Amino acid sequence: MSEEVLIRVDRSSKKFCRSLKRSLWYGACDMLSELNPFVHGHAGRSDADQPENANSQLRRDEFWAVNNVSFELRRGECLGLIGRNGAGKTTLLKMLNGLVRPDQGLIEMHGRVGGLIALGAGFNPILSGRENIYVNGSVLGLTNTEIEKQLDEIIDFADIREFIDSPVQCYSSGMQVRLGFAVATALEPDILLLDEVLAVGDASFRSKCYRRISNMRKKAAVVFVSHSMDQISRICDRTLVMTRGTACSYGTPAEGVLQYELLNAENEGDGDQPFLSLSDPIRTFSAFPAYEKLNSGQPLSIRFSLTSTKIIDDFTIGIFIYNASGGVAADGRFPAQDHLLMLQCGTTEFTLELSSIPLKRGTYHLSFTVTSTQGEILVWSYKQHRLIISHTSQNTIADCQLILNH
Amino acid sequence: MMQEMGRDLLASRELAWRLFVRDTSAQYRQSLLGILWAFIPPLVAAFPFVFLDSQGIIAIQGTSIPYPAFAMIGTIIWQAFVDALNCPLSSMAAARSMLTRINFPREAILLSGLMQVVFRLKIRLVLLAGVCVWFQIAPPSTILLFPFGLMALILVGFAIGIVLTPIGLLYSDIQHAIPLGTMFLMYLTPVLYPQPKAGVAGILAHWNPLTPLVTSTRDWLTIGGVNQLGAFAAVTAVAVLLLFGGWAMYRLSMPHIIARIGN
Repeated sequence: MSEEVLIRVDRSSKKFCRSLKRSLWYGACDMLSELNPFVHGHAGRSDADQPENANSQLRRDEFWAVNNVSFELRRGECLGLIGRNGAGKTTLLKMLNGLVRPDQGLIEMHGRVGGLIALGAGFNPILSGRENIYVNGSVLGLTNTEIEKQLDEIIDFADIREFIDSPVQCYSSGMQVRLGFAVATALEPDILLLDEVLAVGDASFRSKCYRRISNMRKKAAVVFVSHSMDQISRICDRTLVMTRGTACSYGTPAEGVLQYELLNAENEGDGDQPFLSLSDPIRTFSAFPAYEKLNSGQPLSIRFSLTSTKIIDDFTIGIFIYNASGGVAADGRFPAQDHLLMLQCGTTEFTLELSSIPLKRGTYHLSFTVTSTQGEILVWSYKQHRLIISHTSQNTIADCQLILNH
Repeated sequence: MMQEMGRDLLASRELAWRLFVRDTSAQYRQSLLGILWAFIPPLVAAFPFVFLDSQGIIAIQGTSIPYPAFAMIGTIIWQAFVDALNCPLSSMAAARSMLTRINFPREAILLSGLMQVVFRLKIRLVLLAGVCVWFQIAPPSTILLFPFGLMALILVGFAIGIVLTPIGLLYSDIQHAIPLGTMFLMYLTPVLYPQPKAGVAGILAHWNPLTPLVTSTRDWLTIGGVNQLGAFAAVTAVAVLLLFGGWAMYRLSMPHIIARIGN
């Protein structure tokens, strides 16, 4: 496609304030200094090369929500913006959309900008869907004739023809999102900014959205924020990973996804602590995976050691493999009787063989459960073991929900 | 800057109209009394005075037309000013969620607010006509100037409102203060009484920039005569300057405000 650069972000920063009172006060001060014709060097105006202006100083309680971020995006390219909550993704999108001006640095946008930062902003609950299409369309910059031309298409895409004349407050949240997405994408922008919009809506609508986005990106530059690495790998052709406002990696989706998973793994202690919980009659439980690192598709054997005060002749072992974003990547259940196992009084040891772990590259955690026939959880070992899949065959990017063989 | 302001204003006309239609129809759809609500504030403001005057508890002298008509015309005129003053801040506050999420010409919100002010004023003109007929006030030829009087009042109110908007969006104090302030201002302005000539009240009324607007506008409708044309023109001219200054300030401060008020 064309080589035209549509978005150019050059060392842009934005500071936020932790305290509301101070934030409002700083806002008032900033406005006053903006009005003062003797203070020069306002942000966003070609002073990217003067780091020494007042805007570069952090005042009390302030922090950089977006710190020195630079990138370029051309027509036909799609940038995935990833990072943990509060990393500054939405703020960056708001800066791109022109809602918030950078305190430092420069942002250039060429062409019509369509932002889906919040779907359905501007919907009036009392008015009908049809009336809201007109209002929302003109808020987004469509002219009357453009809206009329696309009205049917919008209604069909949102799939709400039955309800189009009822007030929007009767719509389900999914219906509102569908309508919002349909109106916003009717804009046919040169630059499309999408903020986690696909997190809502049912599966069939989501796939419809994918199709529309991939059609649009042929003609536009797309910036896409998502926490679903699956969506990122599917839609984007490059990624920007953000942590605490800074861009920590800029590269291919595979690199970005890996970086993101590392970030999540680093911060795991934040509340997703590993634990071991035992109930009677189990006294001890240990599991020993044969490897911590292995290649995708390799077999893995796990040795278990349990101490019980009673004989348990039937139970089920559950194995769960969590990916770095916390989702279950694979799980399997092993009824003891199938493996001719039972727990004696005292210590019992046995080994389970998993014939293949066909997961994509990344860091995973293993969890084990032992459940009685009544469904009571006797052992729950949560994320006490790490598993690193270090090599995959050619760009395996799909997450697989699989049952382990044994 | 001036060019951009003009361009955005033009670009926002259609959107402003849509927003106006949206807000108005939503407002009246969810209300039993509907349009009657436009009548109520000036009537409520005038009623206590008309009542007290009719009971002889207070005696307001020197009105050239029956006092109830004088008071009601006064409050209707005054309400146009108050509405216009309130409008920029209240419509911006109502559009807050839209402002922080979508980039569109910010002038649209102001313009649609102004349209609402004019719309409500038009409804009240019906009430005004009713008052004139009831009290058999034959309009003099200066009635042709009357619309300009109303326009000037809206202009002054809107200019003050727009200047207060940036800081009012950050701090809710302004929003709390406006209703009290305008009520206080009404009692200091010859709305419910004729312009006093002597004493502190006389000095206040003389220097109050709203006096020439309110009294001239009412006189043009009821008794004719063009006494304070110079003062009227001066106040209007200052208001025009204030409006443009406030508008420029509004544009410059918007990105700061949006960054501060968040979602």
